Amino acid sequence: MQVFLSQLTLGLVNGSFYAMLSLGLAVIFGLLGIVNFAHGALYTLGAYVAFIGMDKLGINYWVALAVAPIVIGALGVVIERLFLRHLYKIDPIYGLLLTFGLALIAEGVLRFYFGVSGQSYDKPELLSGSTDLGFMVLPNYRAWVVIASLVVCLGTWFLIERTSLGATLRAGTENPALVQAFGINVPLMVTLTYAGGAGLAALAGVLAAPVIQVTPLMGSSLIIVVFAVVVIGGMGSILGSIVTGLALGLVEGLTKVFYPEASSIVVFVIMAIVLMVRPAGLFGKEA
Amino acid sequence: MFKLKSIVPACSLALAAMFATAPAHAQISGDVIRIGFISDLSGLYADIDGPAGGEAIRMAVADMGGAIAGKKIEVLVADHQNKPDVAAAKAREWFDTQGVDMLVGGTNSGTALAMAKVAQEKKKLYISVGAASSALTNEQCSPYTVHYAYDTTALAKGTGNAVVKAGGKSWYFLTADYAFGTQLQNDTTAVVKAAGGNVIGAVRHPLSASDFSSFLLQAQQSKAQILGLANAGGDTINSVKAANEFGITKTMKLAGLLMFINDVHSLGLKATQGMYLTDSWYWNRDAETRAWSRKFFEKFKRMPSSIQAADYSAALQYLTAVKATGSDDSDKVLAQMKKTKINDIYTKGGWIRDDGSMIHDMYLMQVKSPDKSTEPWDYYNIVETFKGETAWTTKSESKCATWK
Repeated sequence: MQVFLSQLTLGLVNGSFYAMLSLGLAVIFGLLGIVNFAHGALYTLGAYVAFIGMDKLGINYWVALAVAPIVIGALGVVIERLFLRHLYKIDPIYGLLLTFGLALIAEGVLRFYFGVSGQSYDKPELLSGSTDLGFMVLPNYRAWVVIASLVVCLGTWFLIERTSLGATLRAGTENPALVQAFGINVPLMVTLTYAGGAGLAALAGVLAAPVIQVTPLMGSSLIIVVFAVVVIGGMGSILGSIVTGLALGLVEGLTKVFYPEASSIVVFVIMAIVLMVRPAGLFGKEA
Repeated sequence: MFKLKSIVPACSLALAAMFATAPAHAQISGDVIRIGFISDLSGLYADIDGPAGGEAIRMAVADMGGAIAGKKIEVLVADHQNKPDVAAAKAREWFDTQGVDMLVGGTNSGTALAMAKVAQEKKKLYISVGAASSALTNEQCSPYTVHYAYDTTALAKGTGNAVVKAGGKSWYFLTADYAFGTQLQNDTTAVVKAAGGNVIGAVRHPLSASDFSSFLLQAQQSKAQILGLANAGGDTINSVKAANEFGITKTMKLAGLLMFINDVHSLGLKATQGMYLTDSWYWNRDAETRAWSRKFFEKFKRMPSSIQAADYSAALQYLTAVKATGSDDSDKVLAQMKKTKINDIYTKGGWIRDDGSMIHDMYLMQVKSPDKSTEPWDYYNIVETFKGETAWTTKSESKCATWK
């Protein structure tokens, strides 16, 4: 039972990362129709902004938590304005290829400057202890990750599904011409959406930095799983990506107890089954 | 019909031309000595070997003057992305179409075993440097494989014995789930049991796992004294990091079964101090290694790993043998290499045994505490030197068919 509970808790921590990353992907896909393969790289870059900030400029963790999403969000603006906006009207495969290329470039540049062994990023003093939960000792930082990610995910969901700004966003992607006619600057809205998704990835990167080694490869080892999460949840479904992210974290955690060798493929097995039974994903609308 | 008629003479002309360019007395095929290097250039092992490993080979070429008896020396480098099929296909392509005379295999045992098979089939010399699996010279040994730097047996004997001797009797393994990890676990298990210890269990993790906390928690629940890390590179780094975070280092001692100086550098001395590790080489061993390493440092702004030093040495010894025999024929060069003791910055008095193992001293080292480290990359104390004959497997234990 102890084993069971502690693995579930760890699964929840990993699920939080999946949820946050797949959320950004879902927002970008849902509103822009772009399959953003650069998402993993944006996550890595977020972690590196935090690392470089700490190393060179003495910026602490809490400031990095705010600064990294802004910096990477700004990068998102550049990417959207410079490249992506030319691709909305053509086959989605081009967007996928372009963002994949950008991801490879980012990874290569980081590898060139920092090597693959990576850098350590210290936890903030405030969260450095650990709490005895009875069945396991949970580092406080991991608990913080779960809370922060839940707040961010639910906040994003609320913003898009329950506010008038979100309604405008959704309308703007549904029928840009009509929304434009109401005097709303749709291209700007789209740019900011991409920037927002990029910022979310960067935030996840900063949250992850103290937990794992900051390396150029940290994004690429995660992004494939995150894509599977989005597919299982239903492409573009925001609530779906949050729930699926957390759930798959739990499933993966349990797999690590019962059959650890399969832990890296269990997500894809589930994806295959879901695609056979419900091709639109668990929370997706049937086309 | 017309076409066929014209093709036959054309072919015989082409054949004649091919033979004409290779006169019978010339011993260097294609008039170029080509060394191929296939390693992980971009993945989790790219720092311990990677592009800098290729450069180390180029340093050896430069030290030989870039040519032997007027024949140019070329180095080809490719990335196998840790995929055995990619490694084997590249090796085959190079032997078949690029005229590669000798192949240096980099990190990752899965790829190394795949390349060894291709080299054996093509009867070309294959020097495996970065890979650890002892199967290369044991169950899957080949007359064309030289296993140069270290293997899982030598690592296991070094760290396994030392840790059991220091009181670490009960072990639990955290193992990378592929050829190398399982081999290292098996070899260490044998050593631990022989020394009077016992193994409680093991958990296998996928290569490049993104999170190690679940695996570590299972290890902790085993109540073993020692956590043997049968993994490498980024996986070892993240294991050590998570072990510190979850307080596992308070109840268990970590034994890094394969750790490189890059891993220690990346984790920092605070997280690694006191750890034992076995390695074939340390840059700060003596004046000679320091001098070479500083040259390497000039280029890469980091100190060489044991693998990179071994890449250099392997290429240097190969080229020396080519020079001595005046030939790049694999059989002749290998015979020459086996006759000659290896003395360079990497090792003193090393020799190639008939199973393909290069027998040389190994070192048990302990990571210094931060206050004892006097300069950047000054990380180890050499605790014990194992003589080559004791470090590697013995003839009676070996299952290598060609060494019986």
